[in-house]
Parts: sequence; structure tokens; C-alpha cells
Amino acid sequence: MAGEKAADEKKPGKRKTGEKKPAEQKAGQKEVGEKKKRAKKHHASRNPVLARGIGRYSRSAMYARKALYKRKYTAPETKIEKKKKEKPRATITKPVGGDKNGGSRVVKIRKMPRYYPTEDVPRKLLSHGKKPFSQHKRRLRASITPGTVLILLTGRHRGKRVVFLKQLDTGLLLVTGPLAVNRVPLRRAHQKFVIATSTKVDISGVKIPKHLTDAYFKKKRLRKPKHQEGEIFDTEKEKYEITEQRKSDQKVVDSQVLACIKKVPQLRGYLRSTFCLSNGVYPHKLVF
Amino acid sequence: VFKRFVEIGRVAFISFGPHAGKLVAIVDVIDQNRALVDGPCSGVRRQAMPFKCMQLTDFVLKFPHSARQKCVRRAWEKENINEKWAATRWAKKIEAREKKAKMTDFDRYKVMKAKKMRNRIIKHEMKKLQKMSSKKGKKPEKSEKSEKAPKSEKAPKSEKAPKAQKAQK
Repeated sequence: MAGEKAADEKKPGKRKTGEKKPAEQKAGQKEVGEKKKRAKKHHASRNPVLARGIGRYSRSAMYARKALYKRKYTAPETKIEKKKKEKPRATITKPVGGDKNGGSRVVKIRKMPRYYPTEDVPRKLLSHGKKPFSQHKRRLRASITPGTVLILLTGRHRGKRVVFLKQLDTGLLLVTGPLAVNRVPLRRAHQKFVIATSTKVDISGVKIPKHLTDAYFKKKRLRKPKHQEGEIFDTEKEKYEITEQRKSDQKVVDSQVLACIKKVPQLRGYLRSTFCLSNGVYPHKLVF
Repeated sequence: VFKRFVEIGRVAFISFGPHAGKLVAIVDVIDQNRALVDGPCSGVRRQAMPFKCMQLTDFVLKFPHSARQKCVRRAWEKENINEKWAATRWAKKIEAREKKAKMTDFDRYKVMKAKKMRNRIIKHEMKKLQKMSSKKGKKPEKSEKSEKAPKSEKAPKSEKAPKAQKAQK
């Protein structure tokens, strides 16, 4: 039965015009022609397995069985022509100064190497799945959702309770005090050094500006190695200055977040307080 | 010396094991260490249970020994054991302990604030009384009367702390 179906679908454009019409309507949608239709319908393996790794028929027998003598495809010509056109320039003519020099020289763009090392670099073994940091998969703990109150554990704001806004592209968490509540600005925090409490603020209405990315928060370092010893200290930015843009962004985000915080009683005081352990308080026994 | 005895119909609280925390009635005694026990209204099937994991309560039901589950259930519901149990201090302590363990960080903060406020009020009253009694050393009855007043103030305030916990559940 499958064979008949196969025969039917193979026929568009070839033999029976009567059956062509319904099939052609289908083919009409993908107008590459019969090739696409034929490629879509895959036959099961025509080489029955005798034992694992051993088929019944040899290479030449399979060639015949698969009718590869019929299926010889050549690339369409236009592509070759295009490639022929697109050859990159090998030489360039540059003007040359001085009189009696002729006005220009023809110079190679890609020159031969001027040095060949005595020992060739050995071929590296194939590795698999080693991605650069930018392509790593970022994970986020299920307990951390936008609006969760987090407790920062490290850094100059340790112990402070802070509102989580979103996760940035590098995986760090964008977090804000808000500033008016506990002096924590818009800042990045690391997931691992944070306790997620079960207290959540409804932040669904808050719009976070799009330009708050990792590049925005990245520390700026001046690199001007022209100075030799001596006056290196002056050029390095010792004091961090809060730019106007940061202040305005803080205001924009905080005004929205504060409005959400005010709706929950006692939440503001909670965010103002810090977390600490005392006698008889064991973190593994606490429910956060 | 002993007030609660193992008898037919004694309601017991299971302290550990798979049915920890549930109430059962003792239907029959098997031997020195085990009893036939049944808890139709608390989800415990009729089974043998060692005495060690049972803690006797004050409640006794009336049914004959080896009575079937239907009779035990009838007696249980007649005496309304579930409600009586919930009203005992024992059950309330258990509930308070559970609530405390489930407190989140925010709840702990709220409890701290409530306690602080309450203690402040109490201290304020105490200071007032101390002042009064130091001023007029001769009137002991007045200080006695006003000592009763802060105790009645304590009652509504002690409700505040568990109330604050309950409200946030």
C-alpha cells in the first residue's frame, strides 16, 4: 500500500495528467518541482540487515537498487557563474611617489608568508561542545522570579534585602534597593551569592528601560600604556563618579517599584532592615 | 499519681511513626506492648500499634472492646473529639510550633516589629506604675489594682503576635 502511495506521488508532472491535478495543487505550493516532492518521501532502507553492521547487498548492488544511475544531480549553472564573478581581487595598484618611478606599482593584496616555523604546530584533537562564555546556557533558580525579595550575601551591600528585576544576558541578576529605601542602586548581583526569599512584589507593571544591559554596568578601565611607570596613578579612575544617566535611570525604575512596594504593608520597613544571624538561628532550619 | 490510663476507648496521640500527629482510639489490648487501635475520623486504619508511640490524652470514648470501626466512629463523632482536641492547649502548642517553623523571613520581621511594639507598651505601663508607687509609698492596693490592668492589656497584645503570623499565612 505504501508503494502505491509512493507511486501516486511520484507521478505529478511525469505520466498521468488525470491524477496530476490534486497532486499538482500540493506541488504548486512548493514550486521547486518534483525534486522537493521526491526528497520528502523517504523509502525505508533497501538494504536488509544480516547482522549488525552487515547488509545483504554490496555497494554496487545498492547502487542499482537505489537507481542512483537515474539520480545524478548537477549544480545549477547560474551559481557557478556567480562564483566566477565573485572572485576577490588579488592585486591592487597603488600610487608611488618620486619622479622617474613610474606612477604606480601593482601590489599583491595577500602576500606570501615571510616566515615558516621549523616545527609545525601539531594538529589539535577534535573537541566537542566547548562554547565560549557568550554562548553558555544561563540558568535561573526557580525560586527567583521578577519581584522576588533577595538577600545579598556578599559585597558592600551584604545583608540587605533587595528587589529582583530581571536576569541579564550574562546571567547576572539586575537588582535594585530601591535606592530610597536601603541605598542599594540599580546593580548586578550574582545568583549564587544571594538568598531568595519567598516574599514577592508584584512587579508586572514595571517597565525596565532597554538600555540596562551588562555593557551599561560593566566596570570601565582606562588602558593607556603610553605612561611609563611614574604617573600611572593619575590616569586610573580612583573615585567612582555616579553619572547623570545612572541617576535618571534609577529614578525611572525606582518610582515604579516604590509604588508597588507601598501597596504591601510593612514591606518598606522590611526592605530597610538587614538580615543577620544570632544565637539559636540556624540557616539550614530557616524557611526563607 | 497517674491520671491517664490505657483502657478501651482511650484516645491517644501518635507521636512518631508513619501516622505521627494523628489521634486514635484504643480498641483492644493485644499484649504488653501493643494495642489494637483505630482512628476512623483521623485517617488511621485499624491496626496494631505499639504503646511506645502513643501518648495518652484526656479523652475516653465509650465502646465495647473489639468494637468495629463503625461503632468507634459513632462514639468519636458523638463526643466530638476532633473539636475538643483542637481546643486543648496541647494541640494549640503543636500548631504554634508548626506555624513558627513555617515562618518566612518577612513573617519573622513582622513578628519582631509586633513584639517590639508590645514590649514598649508594657514597659511604658510598668514605668508609670513604678513612678506612682515610688511617689506614694503608702498605697499598696492601688499598685495591686493597676498591676491587674497591664495583665489584661497583655492578653489582647499576645493575640497580636500569632494574629500577625496568621494574617500572613
